[in-house]
Amino acid sequence: MTPSKTATLPPPIAIPRPALGPIARFLVAILPSIIGFLSLFVAWHVAAAYLVQSVLFPTPLATFGKGLELALSGQLWIQIGASLKRIILGFAAGSLIAIPIGLAIGSFRTFRKLVEPWTECLRFIPSVALITIAVIWFGIGEESKIFLIIYATVFIVILNTAAGVSAITPNKIRAAQALGATRWQVFAFVGLPATVPYILTGMRLAMANAFTTIVAAEMIAANAGLGVMLWDGRMFMMIEEIFVSLVCLGALGFITDRLFRLAILRFAGRFSPTM
Amino acid sequence: MAFLELKNVSKSFVSSRSRSTSLAVRDFDLEIAPGEFFCLLGPSGCGKSTVLTMLAGFEHPTGGEIRVNGQPVEGPSKDRCVVFQGDDSLYPWLTAAHNVEFGLRMAGMPSAERRQKVEAALGLVGLSGQGSKFPAELSGGMRQRIQIARALVIQPKVLLMDEPFGALDAQTRHVMQHELRKIWLATKSTVVFITHDIDEAILLGTRVGVMTAGPGGTLRDVVTINIEGERDRLDPAYTRYYAEVHGMIRDEVAKSVRAMAA
Ligand SMILES: Nc1ncnc2c1ncn2[C@@H]1O[C@H](COP(=O)(O)OP(=O)(O)O)[C@@H](O)[C@H]1O
Ligand SMILES: [Mg+2]
Repeated sequence: MTPSKTATLPPPIAIPRPALGPIARFLVAILPSIIGFLSLFVAWHVAAAYLVQSVLFPTPLATFGKGLELALSGQLWIQIGASLKRIILGFAAGSLIAIPIGLAIGSFRTFRKLVEPWTECLRFIPSVALITIAVIWFGIGEESKIFLIIYATVFIVILNTAAGVSAITPNKIRAAQALGATRWQVFAFVGLPATVPYILTGMRLAMANAFTTIVAAEMIAANAGLGVMLWDGRMFMMIEEIFVSLVCLGALGFITDRLFRLAILRFAGRFSPTM
Repeated sequence: MAFLELKNVSKSFVSSRSRSTSLAVRDFDLEIAPGEFFCLLGPSGCGKSTVLTMLAGFEHPTGGEIRVNGQPVEGPSKDRCVVFQGDDSLYPWLTAAHNVEFGLRMAGMPSAERRQKVEAALGLVGLSGQGSKFPAELSGGMRQRIQIARALVIQPKVLLMDEPFGALDAQTRHVMQHELRKIWLATKSTVVFITHDIDEAILLGTRVGVMTAGPGGTLRDVVTINIEGERDRLDPAYTRYYAEVHGMIRDEVAKSVRAMAA
């Protein structure tokens, strides 16, 4: 598995343009993205206002109006906060558990053989399938949700971290040894930095998993959260609430994913794949 | 007194898939004195890199013994620093200067002292002022210079170089050979230099060892190159050595081509 195994396409080849001022250049650079976003809302508006024309499909304006109302009343922040808190706690705990395990799997063959049966069997059980057992074990409080997020995070981060360790070219290790690095220094100054882009890629994929899991878990057993908003919206026919929740999920996912992409670029920008 | 000693060294690899063993180097005997620039020359696949890997301590011989300064080689050491064949041994997340200072940092040298030494080493390989660039921003020739500076800066007792200029274009290679010769004339450190290029071996080496064709090559002959100072391809002495070594290599390459065809 390589870090390129993500949902994004490679950037297109840049074509040289005539010289522009810095502000104009920035505008030209982000213009396609702005048009892309606008087209999303225009399509939504056209579909809702002209094609479907039903109360079951609110327009973007109605949805944002409802969202503003819920935000001003504080309701929206409670739901977003509940979901985000679970995601962040579970995701952080899951990554903290997974990174050392992944590093050890990649570094020690015996450890790999010992742990592989666990990772290879458990990772095919989707976290959503564990919701019922998590509720039975941990109740409908925070524990069950955090357990599920940890579960959704751990395997993908382990696999990517281990793949990162095995992808280090032997000459990088040997060079360090011939320059006098101790075993520990080889790990800290070569193994770890070379693996960081892979770890971040694993975390980025795990974050997407965490969103899926939290919504499903909250729909089944929770008092607050974006998943609860979806479920209540269905129970009480509050269509606009459902759409507000969906938009929030899309926006939160987008923002966290961008943050990870920035981190990966920062750490891995110099990490030319051919080297 | 011999500084590097290879006594009847052989190395075979066990293939994990077929469980068969293959001989990479056999019966290799050689002594290298301190301050020598020893060039190991031979057709591709004859076992040159394997010899160097064992000298560096990354691999152990399956037969015979390797000693450095009388002590058996047990593992890698900063006394025997390596310049690798490709550029995949540089750290792409570090700048050129940070790559060069890696060994000093591992040894715990204070940063002010480090900076001064790194600056000097970059100057030695003709890369003054390029320290803040990342390897991906440098050309292949510059990356090899970074590797050489990274090794020189820790002043190893022995410098092991595996076809360090093999991937460079002819122009850059000539410049680098010239620079390396100058650096060696100035430092007189012990160098083991691997190449498959006769011209390069005679321009650089105090002695040139010619290996037999592989797999399972061994040392066939050693030629001493008695040309002092900077060397010149138009020097009649150079031409004589070239003809001598060329004659040896021609037989071995012919054998290796026949072996590949068979
Ligand atoms: N790690 C290894 N495992 C198995 N075979 C190897 C290994 N390293 C080298 N060999 C084999 O040993 C022989 C000599 O290789 P090498 O020392 O790289 O040759 P050279 O550097 O002269 O081109 C080759 O046949 C090669 O396939
Ligand atoms: Mg080789």
